[in-house]
Amino acid sequence: MRIFTAAIAIAAGFIVLLGYFFPAQLESLRFLLIDWAILIAGMAVLVGIFNLVAVQMEKIRTRQKGGTYGVILIVSLFITFVFGLVLGPDHPYMRLTMDAIIIPVEASLMAILAVTLIYASIRLLRRRVDVMSVLFLVVAVVFLIAILPTPFGPLLGERGNQALVDFLGMFSHGGTRGLLIGIALGTLLTGLRVLFGIDRPYGGN
Amino acid sequence: MVALGLLALAAVLLVALTLWRRRSPGSLRLIEAYERLNRSVGLAVESGTRLHISLGRGNLFTTRAGSALAGLAMLRRLTERTSLSDRPPVVTSGDASLAILSQDTLQSGYRAAGAEDQYRFTTGRLTGLTPFSYAAGTVSTIHDESVSANIFIGDFGAESALLAEASDRENTSLIAASDNLSAQSIFYASSQEPLIGEELFAAGAYVGAGASHEASLNVQDILRWLIILAIIIGSVLKFGSSL
Repeated sequence: MRIFTAAIAIAAGFIVLLGYFFPAQLESLRFLLIDWAILIAGMAVLVGIFNLVAVQMEKIRTRQKGGTYGVILIVSLFITFVFGLVLGPDHPYMRLTMDAIIIPVEASLMAILAVTLIYASIRLLRRRVDVMSVLFLVVAVVFLIAILPTPFGPLLGERGNQALVDFLGMFSHGGTRGLLIGIALGTLLTGLRVLFGIDRPYGGN
Repeated sequence: MVALGLLALAAVLLVALTLWRRRSPGSLRLIEAYERLNRSVGLAVESGTRLHISLGRGNLFTTRAGSALAGLAMLRRLTERTSLSDRPPVVTSGDASLAILSQDTLQSGYRAAGAEDQYRFTTGRLTGLTPFSYAAGTVSTIHDESVSANIFIGDFGAESALLAEASDRENTSLIAASDNLSAQSIFYASSQEPLIGEELFAAGAYVGAGASHEASLNVQDILRWLIILAIIIGSVLKFGSSL
């Protein structure tokens, strides 16, 4: 069975990949396979939510730390799910749930994130004192100063600021491209390993 | 056709170098973060604590899938190595398909170690479907589950700062790598030994996932040199034509 699933996965992977290079011959088949995969991924969300509920239920049942949050999560999930099914996602009450609960909560987390990032930057030198860490911090601070809005306009003037941003951008764009090329090569090789069935995250090696 | 040629070259090199590496395993340069990872694995087994592996939010239908798949390859090996531990590793992710794959990988890791009865499907978890809900769910795992080391490998965004902060508060080891540049800069500031760029894809080779992972690193090196040569030749030709 495992060999059969691996064969199907590898064949589907090859067809989708070759479909990019030979669209005239394989494009319709490629789209069909991708459509099927999207449907399966849609079902995967439901399975994932079931998993989320199961994990929280176990926490509650075994009286683990954070079990109370689990109760809140399951009750909220159930209410939202039922109301979503009955009223539909475009109903004003459903939109209100989004606007009044989810967006403010995520915005609050975003605010915490800003503080966390500043705190992490401050602690960087405590964690590692080397040339690269100092450079990293100095560039970050200079860049923040350059883009800082003030009542008097940019601190170094329009031209000065632009020159500074361009100067820093010259290095950061080069570095970014280097990193992205490395990541692209890594992704390519990882994909090939999965395609050849060397790594099989879908049914065990 | 250049892309197809590059793909074919990479495939041929991968197969050839995998066969070669099976006969003569290579030596890998020292990466501190992976040294720490291997130490943390041993420590977790000995002290009866848990490894927490987070695979990020890499959607399998996007180019971000590569980092998630690299994380899964590492997870498979770590599961085998920690199968004797009292507390099994817990895996979190922010994408439903990835969560299912992580459960499958955990199960196959236990099966390979001859300990399939140890597998619990609740150890592979979906913690949220949006960046911050994923972070909120994952942070509670870091705080509540006797975790001694946090391994974040995959696609993360700015929310990774919350995860790194939670790890720091619990005084746990943090080994983190991402294909996302924002997350890389956050991990650079928050971890003791940061992993930059393609070092993420070396995870499998450094945890002993096999010859193919070592061969992948060799192929990446070869292709990188080819790209460097192409850039230099292109620059020289452009400079020459402008004269």
